Amino acid sequence: MTDSRLLVSLLRDPPAAGTLDPAQWTELIAVARAESLIGTLAYQLRAVGLPATVERILEQARGAAEQARRQALWEAEMARRALAPLGVPIVLLKGTAYAAAGLSAGAGRSIGDLDILVPRGALPQVEEALLAAGWEWVKEDAYDDLYYRRWMHELPPLIHRERDRMIDVHHTILPLTAGPTPDAEAMIGDSQAIENGLRVLGPADMVMHAVAHLFADGDMAGGLRNLWDIDRMLRQFASGADFWKELAARARRHQLQAQLGRALRLAAKLYETPVDPQLAGRRRLSDALFEQRLLARNGWGQGTRSALRLVFYIRSHWMRMPPLMLARHLWQKARKS
Amino acid sequence: MKHALNLQVGPVGFRVGSDWRGPVAALRALYRGYPEPDVCDFSVRLEPEQPWRRWLKPSVAIRGDYILPDAAPLALPHGLLAAEMGMNLQMALGQKHYLLLHASAVERDGKAVLMTGASGSGKSTLAAMLGEHGWRFMGDEFALLDFDTGDLHPFPRAISLKNHAIYAMAELASSERFGPWLRGTPKGTIRHLRPRDEAIARMAEPARPVLILFPRFDKAVPRAIRPVGAAEVFVRLTQASTNYVALGERSFAALTRLVINLPSRAIDYSDGSSAIEMVEALWAELGQ
Amino acid sequence: MVRVELDGLTALFHRPSGMTHILAPPAPQLLDALAESSATAAELAERLGRSFQIDGGADEMAARLAELEAAGLVQRV
Repeated sequence: MTDSRLLVSLLRDPPAAGTLDPAQWTELIAVARAESLIGTLAYQLRAVGLPATVERILEQARGAAEQARRQALWEAEMARRALAPLGVPIVLLKGTAYAAAGLSAGAGRSIGDLDILVPRGALPQVEEALLAAGWEWVKEDAYDDLYYRRWMHELPPLIHRERDRMIDVHHTILPLTAGPTPDAEAMIGDSQAIENGLRVLGPADMVMHAVAHLFADGDMAGGLRNLWDIDRMLRQFASGADFWKELAARARRHQLQAQLGRALRLAAKLYETPVDPQLAGRRRLSDALFEQRLLARNGWGQGTRSALRLVFYIRSHWMRMPPLMLARHLWQKARKS
Repeated sequence: MKHALNLQVGPVGFRVGSDWRGPVAALRALYRGYPEPDVCDFSVRLEPEQPWRRWLKPSVAIRGDYILPDAAPLALPHGLLAAEMGMNLQMALGQKHYLLLHASAVERDGKAVLMTGASGSGKSTLAAMLGEHGWRFMGDEFALLDFDTGDLHPFPRAISLKNHAIYAMAELASSERFGPWLRGTPKGTIRHLRPRDEAIARMAEPARPVLILFPRFDKAVPRAIRPVGAAEVFVRLTQASTNYVALGERSFAALTRLVINLPSRAIDYSDGSSAIEMVEALWAELGQ
Repeated sequence: MVRVELDGLTALFHRPSGMTHILAPPAPQLLDALAESSATAAELAERLGRSFQIDGGADEMAARLAELEAAGLVQRV
């Protein structure tokens, strides 16, 4: 296997798993773990007859995903208990939101930190309430702290001293230095309550957040997983009346039309996601680079195409910050390391 | 990767890849006679920490399906140790089919003794010695507890002997079962010992645990045996398990069942032969 | 919750969090009392006082309750 294509094709077409030989299985499992997609793969292949060893490995991945889901929901519940007295809307984001809302994007998905979105004006109270309930700053570094508070879209990360779990408190979904400025207020305004009083984004905003996350957050690392989230949501939400129209409107509002188009084209190409052709737009030459970057991994799970990775790494920093600020940031990082 | 080996240890298949010939060749020699898995549970990669470190002051980074971001690389002559650590790491972070106990185990008549304790307690050496004295060696690092049956599954990888234990075992086992001397490793001097052929041949055969021991090697203390309360055993075993939390309620049920049903003893010993006598005496006392 | 008695202590598995706790008296009895209905620290001291000797009364109850709340085993209503 020269890239992650086998993983992508099996996620899309589970019955094709019947033709794999043992060496291919070993490679596939290593790649799926490297892409944090092993639980998703295990879920997709749950109804396919598999060799006993493979079935045992995937069964473990499903169990681990179930445990991750339980822990993530508990962490959200503990944050809810800490923040409920404030009476401000608490919007769950990413993996925890998919799990809490029971979306198919959450099936088998790995979940890392707890990400929540709160109104910017409520940040000081939220910070204070979390600190009072046992969360602590991860880093005690003045530069990092200043950097976060001035330029980032979230508080510096907090970790709970007993449960050892991180929380990221966002007040918008992209760094303040990034080009597009999504309308966080509108996102919170259109969020939907789930049964315990926590909230999740509306369908179109949820897709738009995943799109922003895919391109603007980091260097496309974990991109196959992020794109899979988008595929699952589009398939699930597309049946809603006017979904595509709503999605187009939200992309415009959040200034993420180009990013949405690219995400739709990549999802259609890799996962055969049914998409609105007009929103997807015409294929661009650079799409091929993104596709290669997403698939740049060999059968040992190692990242390949280091030159291409480097280009995307620099690009990701470029996108988040104007050049002068980037230079200052890299200088500070270099001085500290 | 350039060099690779598939290795079955107990119920677990490993694929070990390396950018250098040495570590895989050493692994192949040490693990002679072990079966080869078809699909591997885990992949371990021994690769240069930075691309140029393949030739220039070669340093072996331990990577794989699961990694510790801050794991220090090892010098190339210690590549065999890197492979062992890589396999252990995959088990510690990735094994979810069994409750993984950081413990050694030996078996007789289908019944197993589980031995756990901090690093340096001598549980590994004790298991190795019992393995040469009429017991089947099941593992010196990990014991795998089966959720459905309550049985222990062997994980009989090569025994990692440190410092003085190397000399003690050299008197008991033939030299062809030993791996190369690894001097100056972060853990001191290490030599690996391949278990007896019977332990390898019966690696798929589980056993019923009947006794939990907390051995403690200390030259300065007199030999002693004392019972350990169920709550203490439970807490110590949860601490000795790398995946207890990740497996949730199943591990709670399996572990509480184990500590309620099995007798537990702490044993202090100052030399190998008295430890073996103590284990034999306990075994007889329990009517096994 | 699943509970197992281990010589005088209680091992408790809390399903929603997936966490294991080792509880010493009076924490298990407190959880039992709260399982009937929610109550203040003073009411709990009163309820438990009927069957057990409680040293420290309501203050003791409040301290134990705070520990159980931090562990997520009880919550304010």
